[in-house]
Amino acid sequence: MTINSVSLVIAGSGGAGVVTAGSLLLDAAAKAGWYALMSRSSGPQIRGGEAAAMLRFATEPVMSLDDSFHLLMAIDWDNITRFSAEIPLTAASLIVGDPAHGEAPAGLLGNNPRQAAFPMSEIAGRIETGRPNMVALGAIAAMIGLPPEAMQAVVEDNLKRKGQAAIDASMAAFHAGFAAAAHLPAIPRLPAVATSSGPRWSITGNEATGLGVIRGGVRFVAAYPITPATEVLEWLAPSLAKVGGMLVQAEDELASINQIIGASYGGVPAMTATSGPGLSLMIESLGLAVAAEVPLVVVDVMRVGPSTGIATKSEQSDLNIAVYGLHGDAPHIVVAANSVSDCLFTTQWAVHLAEAMQAPALVLTDQAMGQARAILPKPAELAFIGQRLTATAAVEGERYKRYAMTGSGVSPMAIPGTPGLAHTADGLEHNEFGTPSSQASDHLAQMDKRSRKISQFNYGDHWADIEDSEVGAGDTAIITWGSSTGPAREALRRHAAAGGKARLISLRLIAPVQPEKMAVALNGIKRAVVVEQSHSGQFHRMLRAFYDLPAKTVSLHQGGPLAFGPNQILEQLNELNAGSA
Amino acid sequence: MESCAQKKKYAAKDYKSELKPIWCPGCGDYTVLNAITRALAELALPPEEVAVVSGIGCSSRIPAYTSVYGFHGVHGRALPVATGLKLARPDLTVLVTGGDGDGFSIGGNHFLHACRRNVDLTYIVMDNQVYGMTKGQASPTTAPDWEGSKLTPEGTGINPFQPLVVGLAAGANFIARVSSSDPINMAKIMVEAIRHPGFSLVQVLSPCVTFRPEQQEWRDTVRTAVVDYTDDAARAARRLMTDDGFNVGKVLYKGSRPPFRPEFENSNGSIAELEARFAL
Repeated sequence: MTINSVSLVIAGSGGAGVVTAGSLLLDAAAKAGWYALMSRSSGPQIRGGEAAAMLRFATEPVMSLDDSFHLLMAIDWDNITRFSAEIPLTAASLIVGDPAHGEAPAGLLGNNPRQAAFPMSEIAGRIETGRPNMVALGAIAAMIGLPPEAMQAVVEDNLKRKGQAAIDASMAAFHAGFAAAAHLPAIPRLPAVATSSGPRWSITGNEATGLGVIRGGVRFVAAYPITPATEVLEWLAPSLAKVGGMLVQAEDELASINQIIGASYGGVPAMTATSGPGLSLMIESLGLAVAAEVPLVVVDVMRVGPSTGIATKSEQSDLNIAVYGLHGDAPHIVVAANSVSDCLFTTQWAVHLAEAMQAPALVLTDQAMGQARAILPKPAELAFIGQRLTATAAVEGERYKRYAMTGSGVSPMAIPGTPGLAHTADGLEHNEFGTPSSQASDHLAQMDKRSRKISQFNYGDHWADIEDSEVGAGDTAIITWGSSTGPAREALRRHAAAGGKARLISLRLIAPVQPEKMAVALNGIKRAVVVEQSHSGQFHRMLRAFYDLPAKTVSLHQGGPLAFGPNQILEQLNELNAGSA
Repeated sequence: MESCAQKKKYAAKDYKSELKPIWCPGCGDYTVLNAITRALAELALPPEEVAVVSGIGCSSRIPAYTSVYGFHGVHGRALPVATGLKLARPDLTVLVTGGDGDGFSIGGNHFLHACRRNVDLTYIVMDNQVYGMTKGQASPTTAPDWEGSKLTPEGTGINPFQPLVVGLAAGANFIARVSSSDPINMAKIMVEAIRHPGFSLVQVLSPCVTFRPEQQEWRDTVRTAVVDYTDDAARAARRLMTDDGFNVGKVLYKGSRPPFRPEFENSNGSIAELEARFAL
């Protein structure tokens, strides 16, 4: 079934408060019993500059933004055409603008959307300290069917500190907008729903990432600011302090990765978060963590690369560096979150994997999910807690072997402070004791051990999210990962609504590869489309290198920052099936 | 009643591993290793409560030659590893060992910020003004006219880095210069450095007999500094900027800046409370 949803954009210059307006709308929607997803886009300006809040509301959880928007509410037109590619409009779309700011720019009118004038600033001007963004919210609420009581509750919560006068002024502006919207052309409305559909959360992907690592047991974080990962670190700083942990700001990413290596060597589970440029700097030391067998987690909130790229926008193009960036043969773990809520699951799982295997785990998220806020059903409790195999007592007459050969490849790790087990952990190749060695036999034995512990680990069912459409899997699959999973899930539903059968396979475990599990997942599949937001098709190339793909597999890849819309994937699915029918 | 057990006494050899160093015969680093183990014995620190962290280079091999916990990381990054370790485990005594290239060239930024951050670490830099492990290239502390390297046959033409002046300016809380030719005094200074709270910087003039054989003359060039340490950074700066680099054997500066020591708060907060903030 196609989900019942309404999509809208609030855009304006930096002072217009569009992200604030979007957040209020999101919370009010939750109070009304709806689900929602808000993604945001902004220009490069440090302060001010143009901004857009892109929202989608539905009566069930929202997995992705839609292919186009029903409504563009423009508080003003400042630089709005910079977003025009990110705000797809159709002839059915409606642009609502303030005549005080002139006409809608031609760049928005390519598909002849409907237009309506709405004098937000004039209406706001009639109310003391009334603001146009609240007037716009009133109009939006009236148009999409959001009850004013929901907004009242949210505004009271948000403006508590500013006092009753501020609450009254905001609500007066809201109600004025609500009343004045009566003459505006119609857009789809959502039905009222019972609000008792279970507890729900409002959370961003970056916050969920922070919570996931704390749940997993991380208590030391080193931080160097970088867009769009900074919010992970800024959320962690006060949160860690509340649970007996610590965040330290480092002088650069070389320092942050090495600080967490030091902390983890000291026995405290540790992580850092960064984006592509920071990950590039950390790569050498990730190899150190592989060789010295130090567990740690590095989250890469991906942005458009290469180099500084587009710091504020999303792309799935760090897959290659995450998997292949380390020099030498360096077995490590790469996992990827596939939604805002999955940031929580995947980062918590990553801490568990890193600690269990005494190896670095890279987590790939991206700007789109990291900076998106979602109204979600309350996420489930997870059992993963980092469990490190430690050596706690010396054996009489035996010298401790830090890198002892074991069947699993994991060797009991002595934490500094443990009597009788002192040793040197080393990035130089070493023998079982940790003593540097340049002998072939030691290198090969240690390589085998480091490889074995990663490849033989039981990753269970979490390696991928696999979903069949309601009408069955048929013989067609969408294979994807990360942020592209949301629109792919919705494409699967739309396909099913038209009677189409297909299976979605979204990989959470990028490395090590799982060819046997994939073979089972692809059982009966004859055709597949591989979907990813990368200009060179990095994911498709990786799949081709390690997996037996169906004979007819096509690659749907595009560079960022534009996200896939569900219909874009659906069209590819239809084309694939049509070609084989 | 036996209220307290006899404190266990250690000898220097208790802190040495059985590994034979890879260093050249006559290398200054041998006596530095001896002085470190002697200092640890003097402090009677249980070996498991000490960690030595290093990067890459001849002198960075020291951790494995000790019997304490060691970490041998990548080139230039010893200080951040030690910073993370000490902040996560304030109960440990953490020493950092390395050379002039590791610390002042590839690791230069970390050196500045380690001094500034003032975590309670002791940083022992064996300065021989050359990259020994890669067979004799100019380091940041090499004189501009040294023509002994194929990489810079005309000399570097660049004035040498002044580690102690830079360390002082960046905020190091304890500064000393010692000579590897006087291991007894070196150990004494190291004891003081380890005891002093905050970031302690000890520069050791440690000759490279292979690539800088002329440094064997240092034994005769060095002289014991005539004045005792100051706690006045301005006076210390003047002294350091006017000396010829061969005044050794004494602490030059002791500051009283409190170390950076964020606490792991024993807060009563719970993860459930963090989660509650997301609930609607």
